[in-house]
Amino acid sequence: MADPASAVSTEANAPVQPGNAGFLRRSFYVLSSNPVSFIALGAFGLIILAGIFGPSLAPYDPLFTNASRALQAPSADHWFGTDQLGRDVFSRVLVATRLDLLISVIAVALSFVVGAAIGTSAGYYGGWIDRISSRLIDTIMAFPLFVLAMGIVAALGNSIENIIYATAIINVPFYARVARAEANIRRNAGFIQAAKLGGSGGIRIIAMQLFPNALPPMMVQASLNLGWAILNAAGLSFIGLGVQPPTPEWGIMVAEGANFIVSGEWWLALFPGAALMVTVFTFNLMGDALRDIVDPRKRT
Amino acid sequence: MSAPKVRRLINVDGLTVEFATRDGFVTAVKDVSFKLDGGETLGIVGESGSGKSVTSYALMRILDDNGRIEKGDIAYTGIDLVTADERAMRDIRGREISMIFQNPRSALNPIRKVGKQIADVLRQHGVAAGAAANTMAIEFLDTVRIREPEKRFHAYPHELSGGMCQRVVIALALACEPRVLIADEPTTGLDVTTQKTILDLVRDLTAARGMSMVLITHDLGLAAEYCDRLIVMKSGVVVEAASAKQLFRNPAHPYTQALIRATPRREANLRSLLPADDVRRDAPAPAPEVPGADEAPLISVSGLTKSFVPTPSSLPFFKKRSLDDAPPPAVDQISFDIWRGESVGLVGESGCGKSTTSLLLMRLLDPTAGKIIFEGENIALTPSAKFPRSPHRPKLQMVFQDPTDCLNPRFTAKQCIADPIARLSGISGRKAIGKRVEELADNVRLPRALLDRFPHQLSGGQKARVGIARAIALNPSFLVLDEPTAALDVSVQAVVLNLLADLRQELKLTYLFVSHDLAVVRLLCNRVIVMRAGKIEETGETEALMNNPKSPYTAGLLAASPVPPAALI
Repeated sequence: MADPASAVSTEANAPVQPGNAGFLRRSFYVLSSNPVSFIALGAFGLIILAGIFGPSLAPYDPLFTNASRALQAPSADHWFGTDQLGRDVFSRVLVATRLDLLISVIAVALSFVVGAAIGTSAGYYGGWIDRISSRLIDTIMAFPLFVLAMGIVAALGNSIENIIYATAIINVPFYARVARAEANIRRNAGFIQAAKLGGSGGIRIIAMQLFPNALPPMMVQASLNLGWAILNAAGLSFIGLGVQPPTPEWGIMVAEGANFIVSGEWWLALFPGAALMVTVFTFNLMGDALRDIVDPRKRT
Repeated sequence: MSAPKVRRLINVDGLTVEFATRDGFVTAVKDVSFKLDGGETLGIVGESGSGKSVTSYALMRILDDNGRIEKGDIAYTGIDLVTADERAMRDIRGREISMIFQNPRSALNPIRKVGKQIADVLRQHGVAAGAAANTMAIEFLDTVRIREPEKRFHAYPHELSGGMCQRVVIALALACEPRVLIADEPTTGLDVTTQKTILDLVRDLTAARGMSMVLITHDLGLAAEYCDRLIVMKSGVVVEAASAKQLFRNPAHPYTQALIRATPRREANLRSLLPADDVRRDAPAPAPEVPGADEAPLISVSGLTKSFVPTPSSLPFFKKRSLDDAPPPAVDQISFDIWRGESVGLVGESGCGKSTTSLLLMRLLDPTAGKIIFEGENIALTPSAKFPRSPHRPKLQMVFQDPTDCLNPRFTAKQCIADPIARLSGISGRKAIGKRVEELADNVRLPRALLDRFPHQLSGGQKARVGIARAIALNPSFLVLDEPTAALDVSVQAVVLNLLADLRQELKLTYLFVSHDLAVVRLLCNRVIVMRAGKIEETGETEALMNNPKSPYTAGLLAASPVPPAALI
């Protein structure tokens, strides 16, 4: 018997892309139009490696003080020089990677989950749920975000967890807005109606149907936000909140090093600052690359 | 028009258009040649992906960034359009060759008054200046038969209906008195009656001005009615070029024959739409027996009403106005019965309330008033938010209009079909559900190998099958089909319609077939309900109603649908 599906020629020629290989191939094609994204991906890999293996790679103990070697300029022994207590700046920058990454990744993950839940519910249900959550988010946005984070840490107490919570809270609005917009344009789509016909209630529709569709733009948002979260955590430490000395952390190191710039010891602030800048820059470029990959118009 | 003899306006010779993709260059149009003489209407006919639009874009040199004209010549009255620089093209576009696009709303600037938009074009091309341009714009609105042109001059696009917007777009296209008008599916998405008035208008205007027209369409009936000559395209290649009369009387190419065959005509039956080599072509069309009226109806609707009342503004100053402007109900006191095994058509123009009615019946929307008695119980009493847990939910299912929109782009075909099964059928376990999905795929003749694909990897017809499989997954007793073939090519439509007819018999289903296309309704339904402005205009047995409509509105609908000449195949 003739296969009815192939009886019509137009039906049989949809392209097949075997799952993962197709995705990789497509990503490569999209990224090849923007070679900078490969550099970003490479730098991202290095940062992750530094975060994981940093403490074991560091040539010196980041907390070991040696007054006789204080404030030495960069040399073959101390690549980034030493600080006022004779600690090796390179080791401290390297070891700090893990803490800064952890703070930002956990904070971004928290705001991602909370923002997605608030945003998709608001976008799908509309009505008073939407009104209340949207105004709540507007309220957060109405504050200068860094000042809000300062206030939260000051009120909750000086600890790493509280830095994470503060960073997460000020990031929630961005995710909630993206998720709300994505859910809202799809709330009356055919496949949502079909899911209702299939017996799915509101929460199941949000979790199973809407959330996967809101995921790509939110991933982009997350990547862009990681850099911002690191800056925020470093900023809080810089003004003396959150991470306390002598823990190696980029923000504190910049803060402490800033005092020595006038007297000519520039390396104390420069290297942690540069590490911060490179990391933030990498995450932003990654965000651009991710956006290119998930943008269907770039897939041709 | 001083020269009495016919002038050759456009000459396309060996046109090949390529697009750069990640798989290298893809040829969209290959070696296409045609010509267009003064005063002539040329139809370019083909299904989606045939390259008919790309041909016209190449003509206007408005291809996307990744497209390029690889080979061939395009000459407009001797000017070479392939090598002409961008400035020369800008003069030709609009002043010499004009274009009407598919979606009139997206062709208009939403935040500028329509009259101003016409005046802008006139000024830009130096036809008129200053206040004279405004006066001329009003004249043009009058030319395209917009009533009260002075008033409509100040209207924004969103204040006009789709048909009115298309008239404005036509006025824009005609503003600079071009010699050639390219109309790319100008009436897709419009009602049949609007379609007829728009195309009649275009035909009259082009004839009065001695213009030539290229009409790009997928609808053979339309092409037959409005074109002098036709070219048929398939996968980027012209398969046949002939005069309209000859093409229908004696189609030479097998593809043309298949296309003509698949177009619903008055004398066709469901099976005759299928391709000549389809085995089911010779099988008798299924005719499930319809039980008499002595049995209780499966679903009985009485006094069903739905009004979308705007929420009154909380500001006291605006309160009164918003209540005064309350629109008439979308569905107004309608009553009808459907018996088990029937297939009932619900037809009407867009905005007549047919989609609202189907959503009400499916309990996706709460009625303002009225009863829906299904199997002896008034299901209108259960609010739609609670209905997913109602025991009646599996029995009422629906096939949606847009096969792409109704599938979650992140689900594979299998997941799409399995979702309702896992929720409501009582079948549990991965294996059992998988088996049921495969069974359903066989039912809708979807090759099992396609079940692991995502919607964007499936063709329109395959997506339609997935949607149908999902709808019948729960063994429903009542199925609403909301224009299930409106987004499909005619050849795919023919196959899907046959599938629906077969399923109805195999699974003893009851259909409510919502459509604006009477030719399709006639093929599948034994009874028809005609709706107009939220009310039922007329009901009757399909044949009787189509041959002898009582209401002038139904007669108008019937007269407006374009019918290709009787084919001899």
